Amino acid sequence: MTLHRITLKCGADLQGFRRAVRWLIAEELAPQHVVFAIDDAPSLFGNEQTGDAPAVTIPKGVAQLIEHVVCHCDPERYALLYGLVWRALNGERDLLEVASDPLVHRIDMMARSVRRDLHKMHAFVRFRRMKGEEVERFAAWFEPEHFILAAAAPFFVDRFRSLDWTILTPLGSIHWNREALSFGLPARREDAPDEDSFEEGWRGYYESVFNPARVNPTAMRAEMPKKYWRNMPETAAIPGLIQTASQRVERMIEQEASMPAKRTPERALEAMFDQDPKSLEELNAIIAKAGPLVPGATQAVFGEGPLHADIMFVGEQPGDQEDLQGRPFVGPAGKLLTKAMGEAGIVREQAYLTNAVKHFKFDQRGHRRIHAKPTAGEVKHYRPWLMKELELVKPKLVVALGATAVLALSGKATPITRSRGRARFGDYEGYITVHPSYLLRLPDEATKREAYEAFLTDLRRIRDLAQADPETGELPLAAE
Amino acid sequence: MDEKLSRKLRILADAAKYDASCSSSGAPKRKADVGGLGSTVGSGICHAYTPDGRCVSLLKILLTNYCLFDCAYCVNRRSSNVKRAKFSVDEVVTLTVEFYKRNYIEGLFLSSGIIRSPDYTMEQMLLVAKKLRRDHGFRGYIHLKTIPEASPWLIEEAGLWADRLSINLELPTETSLERLAPEKDGASIESAMAQMFERIEEAREERRHFSPAGQTTQMIVGADETTDQDVLRTSAKLYGHYDMKRVYYSAFSPIPDSSAILPLKSPPLMRESRLYQADWLLRYYGFNVDEIASGGEQGMLDLDVDPKLAWALKNRHLFPVDVNRAEREMLLRVPGLGARAVDKIVVARKHTTLRLEDVARLTSGLKRARPFLITADHHPKAKLDRLDLRERLIEKPEQLSMFV
Repeated sequence: MTLHRITLKCGADLQGFRRAVRWLIAEELAPQHVVFAIDDAPSLFGNEQTGDAPAVTIPKGVAQLIEHVVCHCDPERYALLYGLVWRALNGERDLLEVASDPLVHRIDMMARSVRRDLHKMHAFVRFRRMKGEEVERFAAWFEPEHFILAAAAPFFVDRFRSLDWTILTPLGSIHWNREALSFGLPARREDAPDEDSFEEGWRGYYESVFNPARVNPTAMRAEMPKKYWRNMPETAAIPGLIQTASQRVERMIEQEASMPAKRTPERALEAMFDQDPKSLEELNAIIAKAGPLVPGATQAVFGEGPLHADIMFVGEQPGDQEDLQGRPFVGPAGKLLTKAMGEAGIVREQAYLTNAVKHFKFDQRGHRRIHAKPTAGEVKHYRPWLMKELELVKPKLVVALGATAVLALSGKATPITRSRGRARFGDYEGYITVHPSYLLRLPDEATKREAYEAFLTDLRRIRDLAQADPETGELPLAAE
Repeated sequence: MDEKLSRKLRILADAAKYDASCSSSGAPKRKADVGGLGSTVGSGICHAYTPDGRCVSLLKILLTNYCLFDCAYCVNRRSSNVKRAKFSVDEVVTLTVEFYKRNYIEGLFLSSGIIRSPDYTMEQMLLVAKKLRRDHGFRGYIHLKTIPEASPWLIEEAGLWADRLSINLELPTETSLERLAPEKDGASIESAMAQMFERIEEAREERRHFSPAGQTTQMIVGADETTDQDVLRTSAKLYGHYDMKRVYYSAFSPIPDSSAILPLKSPPLMRESRLYQADWLLRYYGFNVDEIASGGEQGMLDLDVDPKLAWALKNRHLFPVDVNRAEREMLLRVPGLGARAVDKIVVARKHTTLRLEDVARLTSGLKRARPFLITADHHPKAKLDRLDLRERLIEKPEQLSMFV
């Protein structure tokens, strides 16, 4: 039987190889009857033509290996790969599972070598800014081992999408103009800029992070082989660093422990741990400066009311109105709360009102901003501030309005229905009831009225509890 | 890049280099937005290696090396006479962006000496992260060193901007911490770790960004008397309680201008390397701390052979193990076989019977594995019981060549 010669293009000719495989499989040509040649070698045999043939289904793992291994610089790669395909289609479908098979092992090593070269290209390309251009443009010279330009390019696009850049190599070049990728001709080192104003700083950095007491050039070369050095500006420092390492270490060891030249900064040390905010104003300034920890929000909405108020009400988060006005409980739910407080004999101005979460989290629907419930994790982000706020306000009684407030005050999720009533939040007397917005959401009037009455009952108990004697816990007359 | 900035960079990179961690792994895959800069890849990239064999992945610097703390092992302690410098927030941002554009780095690893107060320092570090993300659309990697003495709300913020947070335990026991790092407090370190652990877990469940690459920590080895067994116990606890992504071990290294209360000698690099191997056994090979320690003497690991081999040599009655039949758990305990090789063996043996040359293609540690393995064509027989087996398997210490 004659040998069939398949000629493929120079480089990683994935398409050509795929077409060849389809044809060879259709013709049932075993690997020993096929030779693969690369375009630039003059052809000696005839019989090169491959026509179109139907698609072949090959195991996924083999297809993935092919994509990598066609990039390898070994001229034998196509023959080896075809051998693999042939075996996979002739009774050894799970061939790749036998990693110890000599052919599988060899191809796997080739794939690894290609992946490593890709990885090293992503790591070791060094861009230099092109001189004399208004717009920032960068270029790099790199010498890959395998035919990996097309495979390497997407990484640079994803990373440097907003920059103009070119990577020049002896195998071809890659250009990105912030919109499209194009591949060009092989280039020469001289085509790339020969310096960059940040390289000296970078070299200085490289020298400084080296620890002479741990010198180990073998480990360095294993990961950064010498062949890459000539295109990396920092490597010029290597010989000097290694030569002086032992002297530097000896000097450090010989040098006696020195006495501190400066006095101990007693006052600075004392001040150092005195960093806690001392007032609500200081705390609020910290919150304002931090910015929202949930998406959305125009501004932080702080708590409102006198220090040492008898009662501190904690809601969930500011709503649309609160966010715009920068005050808590001024929207529809806040108005309902104010009304109920009045009916229960609690003066709003004498209570302290705040929210667990200090920023409005919402979903934008057209022009409307729809309240979005903060997640448990988001509530926890705000918890340290709330705890500090509680510590500064020091109320007699802290009221959790709704489940979010309970979570924020206790650190644990607890359903309202089971825990409604008196509670304990750390060092503080507490009370758990519903959030007024719950009353607004109820569907029919009768339930609404009933729920409102229950809310009023809660508020009256809250009023009485807050007036209880802190020593004896005794409630004023007519309570409970 | 101007001269003054270069000088500061040298000082503040030198001051940061005793932190072993440089990894840029674990972040979710991101790409640059239009107009933005940067991306992340799963396992991170090392952009260079220094002659100590360490990887340069992130721009690892301190915001400042002025410090009010006086930790004896630290080159930046307040009583040290090293040169001091301080970056402005904008300087760090510029360096990160310009280095990143030139493909020198994967991102930033920012740490700092404590100036004014822990909160002030932490706020400055946060400002750097915010500026990078907000003003430059920076989507590369950011690792922030958390200051455990800072107020808890700053940790809540830090995780929203960083890919990874870390607090260095530095010393494995509370006693050493008290003796060598008087301003530090073990309890506040642990509570900050716990706080980060909780938030990281919650955010993962809620699919939100909060330090998505988790948290790591570092312990210094050789600055105090702690045994390897106790170091590993501390690690096991940290992995178990706080889901640390990595515990780094840093051999205590002589530093310029060192303190009088610490040993001045070459860093115990072999000990460090054995601890890393033991750490691996703890996490991926099903060993517990006591088993690992039993391979050595008096709580210290055997420096001549790797900890798995050391354990196997003392438990020869459990070997040899048949590659073609043994359970995965037992194969993992064979010296010289890594987890990947074991996985390949387990899959391959469904289709074929493995011979010695097959195993040789799957691992580079065959020399160590041989006396402990049975294959279709090999049985160690009495070799396993030879008294000089340990001596025969000792790796010859690699000659550290001083010339490249």
